[in-house]
Amino acid sequence: MRFLTQDPTLADFGHDPWWLILLKIVVAFIFGMSMILLGVWFERRVVARMAVRPGLNQVGPFGLLQTLADGIKGILKEDLLPRTADKVVFFFAPTVPAIFALTALSVIPFGPMVSIFGVQTPLQVTDVPVAVLVVLACSAMGIYGIVLGGWASGSTYPLLGGLRSSAQMISYEVAMGLSIVAVFMTAGTMSTSGIVAAQAGGSEASWSIFGWHPTVPSWYAILLIPSFLIFVVSAFGETNRAPFDLPEAETELVAGYMTEYSSIKFLLYLLSEYVAMVVMSSIIATMFLGGWRAPWPITAFWSGANSGWWPLLWFLAKVVLLLFIFVWVRATLPRLRYDQFMKLGWKVLLPVNLIWILLLGGLRVMQDEQFSGRNRWLIIGGAVVAVLLVALLWPARKAEPKTTLEEQMSARPSGSFPLPPLDLQVPPSPRAKRVVAERRPANVTASGAGSGQVADADTDADEKEV
Amino acid sequence: MTTADVLMLALGAVAVGAAAAVVTTRQIVRAGLWLVVALGSLAGLYLVLSAELVAWVQVLIYVGAVVVLLLFAVMLTRAPIGVSEDLDRSRWPGLLIGGGAGLGLAALLIDAYQWSTVDLADGAGAEEVGAAIFRSWVLPFEVLSVLLLAALVGAIVISRPDVSARVGR
Repeated sequence: MRFLTQDPTLADFGHDPWWLILLKIVVAFIFGMSMILLGVWFERRVVARMAVRPGLNQVGPFGLLQTLADGIKGILKEDLLPRTADKVVFFFAPTVPAIFALTALSVIPFGPMVSIFGVQTPLQVTDVPVAVLVVLACSAMGIYGIVLGGWASGSTYPLLGGLRSSAQMISYEVAMGLSIVAVFMTAGTMSTSGIVAAQAGGSEASWSIFGWHPTVPSWYAILLIPSFLIFVVSAFGETNRAPFDLPEAETELVAGYMTEYSSIKFLLYLLSEYVAMVVMSSIIATMFLGGWRAPWPITAFWSGANSGWWPLLWFLAKVVLLLFIFVWVRATLPRLRYDQFMKLGWKVLLPVNLIWILLLGGLRVMQDEQFSGRNRWLIIGGAVVAVLLVALLWPARKAEPKTTLEEQMSARPSGSFPLPPLDLQVPPSPRAKRVVAERRPANVTASGAGSGQVADADTDADEKEV
Repeated sequence: MTTADVLMLALGAVAVGAAAAVVTTRQIVRAGLWLVVALGSLAGLYLVLSAELVAWVQVLIYVGAVVVLLLFAVMLTRAPIGVSEDLDRSRWPGLLIGGGAGLGLAALLIDAYQWSTVDLADGAGAEEVGAAIFRSWVLPFEVLSVLLLAALVGAIVISRPDVSARVGR
């Protein structure tokens, strides 16, 4: 047995016999589908635990078969078609997100070169020089299913949900695409297997801090931490997951774009959300967490951790960890308001991303060109001083002139809505009364004391009156 | 005829057919969907020409963002389900201009390139395209971005009544 990591390169793809290609596609498909079943179970179970409930525990061991039972029940339900719907689009819209999410799985590297029935092959369906763009394109195409489903229902709430989702996904796609730029710049390639290979091991930095060459961390999640954080946040936005699940905010839009859907079409929408989640987790694992490579403490004492079929285990562990984070965030954070959400995307994530890319580009130029030691530090110091000066001299926001209520009312244009009389008396808080009631001295007396029993009877009567 | 030629012809036929459907369909959202088919088959053509980067950027930007924005705008204003009778379609001038432009461009391109071939070893990957854009074609690229910025500012000025009132005054 060879204990050598075999990194697949682009040249290793495209030599598989037809049966192996078919096998890989089928296995990737089965991976996606089984991750849906397990993902729904995992989410319901974890959320239940976080809410101190037992969660699924009736069907099968640990409730594992509940999702299957729900799926069968869903398929057997009546398929409703609204009379105002656009029938063709209503029919094919639910299939779009699921199809494109599953397509994106084809460029995810699950492992290194392995031997399948005697054929040496990478554990990945295919790879192209621009594989990451394929993933982004697939997630962009998934929007159509939601927009068209919402529109074709011929109903108001689904239309609003569809519009929200399209605005949301386009906005967050920009942030997502930009955050990957830093990965391209560092890895020097856009192929997924190449990005995994680029995170192979920490190399010594070319620069030094007083003679000490620090080892550059190999995972891009650490090396490019702003990109990593932005990518994770925009992945939440892109998959419509809580706290960004505005297209299906049930307090505002019933169920958003899938309100009019039922039976298997509804299931397809539900399923596509989980496929998208699994695909996003796989992409984050591939691009920022070293892909199928074993994490550091394992590689330190086990040299064979990155060879053979073991990497599949590390990859799945990373995906499950990221799925847990998706679920954890959902169980923790409340839903954002729409304007807050858009503000976060356009006014925070995007500018931070651009500045970070600029910074990274500057650093790389300094590494490439032969700057001598003193010049380099001068440039860095100059940049820092410039940033500090800009931050210091940035014009402060003008304080808004405060107007009284009367001024605001008189400033309203003619024809405005009539106002009710503003003489509202705020009643005292009921809480004050309760505090008084709680302060009533408790009657803790020895048994048989007559006065104590009388007092008890009194309070009982009071409570009955109330 | 190689497989690439067959694919080329088939995708070209799909693109032209879908583009014709865009302008002839009487349902406004369906027109947007036909545009998706046309742009998608154009991306397929790029793939056949082994320009992978251009193909996927086409899908990502035109199919994934521009048409979605078009549909978004249509749905925000008026997107009836079913046939719209009042779509403005004056047939003959449209046919004349569209057909004339298409045939003229085809004639121009055929005349310009004849049967000249391009060596694939040059490549059309991300590196080559990036180097070409940011070295020899950097000026047009930057001018284009300024143009887009101007369009963006213009859209804001037109759409915000408070700003346009101040500008008009």
